[in-house]
Amino acid sequence: MVQATEAPTDAKLSLSALTDYSFPQKQWKWYDYFTFNIDHKVIGIQYLVTTFIFYLVGGMMAVAMRTELATPDSDFLNPTLYNAFITNHGTIMIFLWIVPAAIGGFGNYLVPLMIGARDMAFPKLNALAFWITVPAALLIFTSFLFGGAQAGWTSYPPLSLVTSNVAQSMWIVALILAGTSSILGSVNFIVTIINMRVPSMKWDQLPLFCWAMMATSLLALFATPVLAAAMILLLFDINFGTSFFRPDGGGNVVVYQHLFWFYSHPAVYLMILPIFGIMSEVIPVHARKPIFGYKAIAYSSLAICVVGLFVWVHHMFTSGTPPWMRIFFTVSTLIVAVPTGVKIFSWVATLWGGKIRYTSAMLFAISLLSMFVFGGISGVTLGTAPFDIHVHDTYYVVGHFHYVLFGGSVSGLYAGIYHWFPKITGRMMNEPLGRVHFLLNFIGGNLTFMPMHWLGGHGMPRRVAMYDPQFTHGNQLATIGAYILAVSVLPLIVNILWSLVKGEKASGNPWNAMTLEWTTSSPPPIENWAVLPVITRGPYAYGHVEEIPPAERPDLSDAIAMPK
Amino acid sequence: MKQIPAPIWTLVIGVVVTLVSIWAGYNHHILPTEQASSTAPLVDNFFNVMVMIGTALFLMVEGAIVFSMIKFRQPKGDETDGLPIEGNLPLEAFWTAIPAVICIALGVYSVFVFQEMGGFAPGDHAHGHGTLMAQAPAAIVTDVGSPMITEGDIGGQKIPVYGFGASPEEEGNAPDLAVNVTGLQFAWVFTYPDSGITDGELHVPVGKDVQVNLTAQDVIHSFWIPQFRLKQDAMPGQTAELRFVPTKPGTYSIVCAELCGAYHGAMRTQVIVHTEEDFSHWLESRTATSPQSSQTVAINPAERSDADYLAAYSQGLDLDAQLVSQLAHSPH
Repeated sequence: MVQATEAPTDAKLSLSALTDYSFPQKQWKWYDYFTFNIDHKVIGIQYLVTTFIFYLVGGMMAVAMRTELATPDSDFLNPTLYNAFITNHGTIMIFLWIVPAAIGGFGNYLVPLMIGARDMAFPKLNALAFWITVPAALLIFTSFLFGGAQAGWTSYPPLSLVTSNVAQSMWIVALILAGTSSILGSVNFIVTIINMRVPSMKWDQLPLFCWAMMATSLLALFATPVLAAAMILLLFDINFGTSFFRPDGGGNVVVYQHLFWFYSHPAVYLMILPIFGIMSEVIPVHARKPIFGYKAIAYSSLAICVVGLFVWVHHMFTSGTPPWMRIFFTVSTLIVAVPTGVKIFSWVATLWGGKIRYTSAMLFAISLLSMFVFGGISGVTLGTAPFDIHVHDTYYVVGHFHYVLFGGSVSGLYAGIYHWFPKITGRMMNEPLGRVHFLLNFIGGNLTFMPMHWLGGHGMPRRVAMYDPQFTHGNQLATIGAYILAVSVLPLIVNILWSLVKGEKASGNPWNAMTLEWTTSSPPPIENWAVLPVITRGPYAYGHVEEIPPAERPDLSDAIAMPK
Repeated sequence: MKQIPAPIWTLVIGVVVTLVSIWAGYNHHILPTEQASSTAPLVDNFFNVMVMIGTALFLMVEGAIVFSMIKFRQPKGDETDGLPIEGNLPLEAFWTAIPAVICIALGVYSVFVFQEMGGFAPGDHAHGHGTLMAQAPAAIVTDVGSPMITEGDIGGQKIPVYGFGASPEEEGNAPDLAVNVTGLQFAWVFTYPDSGITDGELHVPVGKDVQVNLTAQDVIHSFWIPQFRLKQDAMPGQTAELRFVPTKPGTYSIVCAELCGAYHGAMRTQVIVHTEEDFSHWLESRTATSPQSSQTVAINPAERSDADYLAAYSQGLDLDAQLVSQLAHSPH
């Protein structure tokens, strides 16, 4: 795909080369990562590291909740604390882990590198977007001093208006901040992908991760302002005596649900589309095959983005929803399955006929594929109004969305970590430890979330600290699974820390991949490339270069790496 | 040994997948075996069909993944790439079209089920029992023309009614029994407008067309009877109803499905489906004495501590009495 340009002898290149070498050529020091740094790679790492810490906090809340649910009685956590945990577990995992890690973390780190840009279009805006999420997280954590928000991550009024007002207000401000960060990031990605591609890159040579980021950013731009509006109205209802959602003051509780889900259903796609992008990068590299159906995958991201804006009412089938709306949104929800299916089938077809390397990244990608299929199918059943009436707000729903968000999104983030860790740090990760992590994660994930479908179908509502004794066995299985999941993170943490110090040094292109980020050194220099790469073939042209066996191909990345 | 030709393999796999899927459709055990309302079999049959289709898809996709994982793993020492296949238009068209057809078929099927369940007719019943809602006691809910937009007419002001109404056969008829249900933190209160009875449990006769009119006093609750496969949010300031025919005498849980505060998990009571005879006995016994039940749970939870509140539930929830008395937080 790339040919290192020789010393800039011809006239066309001399100008760019002149610009290249005028940039500072130092490496970042450790303390630079704690500053308002505007390098997209620093910001990407800042996102990845902080959100991973938030993930561990949210995970500990989950472990506490599963411990509570090991017995039918409310005997481990105080019921108000339990509700604070369900609320903030959801909030942290969505707004402080999956969304910022996938979009802010991988998006920032990879998009400029994949399109041959030296940075994002608006570097300062980018740094601002990251630093806004920090106070958001601090607000969430300190809200526990005031009891924590307890109305669920959906925070439906009137419950959110009458419970724990200070903590609820802090939660609202945190969400507004996280939303603002998301909007700033989206503008940046759209402008960057449209304007900053290296001139030789055509649209059909754009890596699929960038297509996914494009769809994600468009969706975030359309939907997030609506969440901000809902949050501000709720904040006013709590603190300034308005009655937008207060029924005793003439307000309407259902309007909030529309505003909330108009954002929060698309938020589901914000959490999965970038992950789909990661899948489309990881699978071809480790299966040694071109991605199957490049255009279908690229356009299906956009299709999900458009259709995804018109399905939100399926979260409200048992609420104040007139009949025509229940039917309209049943059908629109079912339609989302089509572009999603196209992606799944394309990835399976990419595996078919490949020469699959079972690296940790690939194992997590396959784990995502197999678990997401299950979550997708249970999602179709949930999308139909007649069946949803029975299982809405039950553990069936909890099981479903953990299959797509844990089995899907989190597996994808893990795959991304294993795949790009050598690029980001310049060190390889330990593969046996990665396999241990994968096994524990796969077993724990299925053990935790599979029994939930049965629990919900049989009558266990979600968000309860106490339940009927008939549900004990299912819950105990899920609790054991959750403990396995808690343990599964340890090999990952050990692996990351050990590899950072002792890991084998990574070459510029350890996986023999073809996208642009692998054409520079690992880790890349501050301005990414000394001389910008030139695109000569598509990003997934595996198997086309038969004449040179991959082992003997020159490692171009070192040839064009920045002089130290 | 002769190679088995591919069409035979396809046929065998097809037959096996079909058989397993049909079996799974009836043996998934995800729903309770008890179907206690006229709605339940409709929902279950619909779900069974979705499980069959889902199982078939699941098996084929997972099968393809597992097959690829085994068959297409990297041969030892082979550093070359796989086949450079970029796509296949007919195949891609096929796997776009098949799910699209399945989804449209499911969509159409769900509309039929929805109609059978009475989904198009909430608020659509003649005068008679009326919907005597807590905040609209003089409600006369009239028949409105459009089946898609269901609104009651209260004092000239149209208010929408949500939920499930009469089944197509009963459309336009008044229900046999109407019960007003109010949700509050953390209990359900049932009032029978015809007899003036107030109770903490729902008593209904088997085989009769029952309508519950739902509202909430404080926050949103959700009225769910798993064995009936019916659920509807009870919302403050909104009117909702569920109309159903209980088909099997027995006692079933009524569960609050919408997070409503600290003791949401303890907010439950039961519906007792009586035979017709038993139901009239119950009615008599309640009207002969005071219609206000001693079991009524229409209390203001704000005035009670958690310990007081939970005491009533301690047995059912198997709570330790000592623990209950230790709880320090108020429900609010």
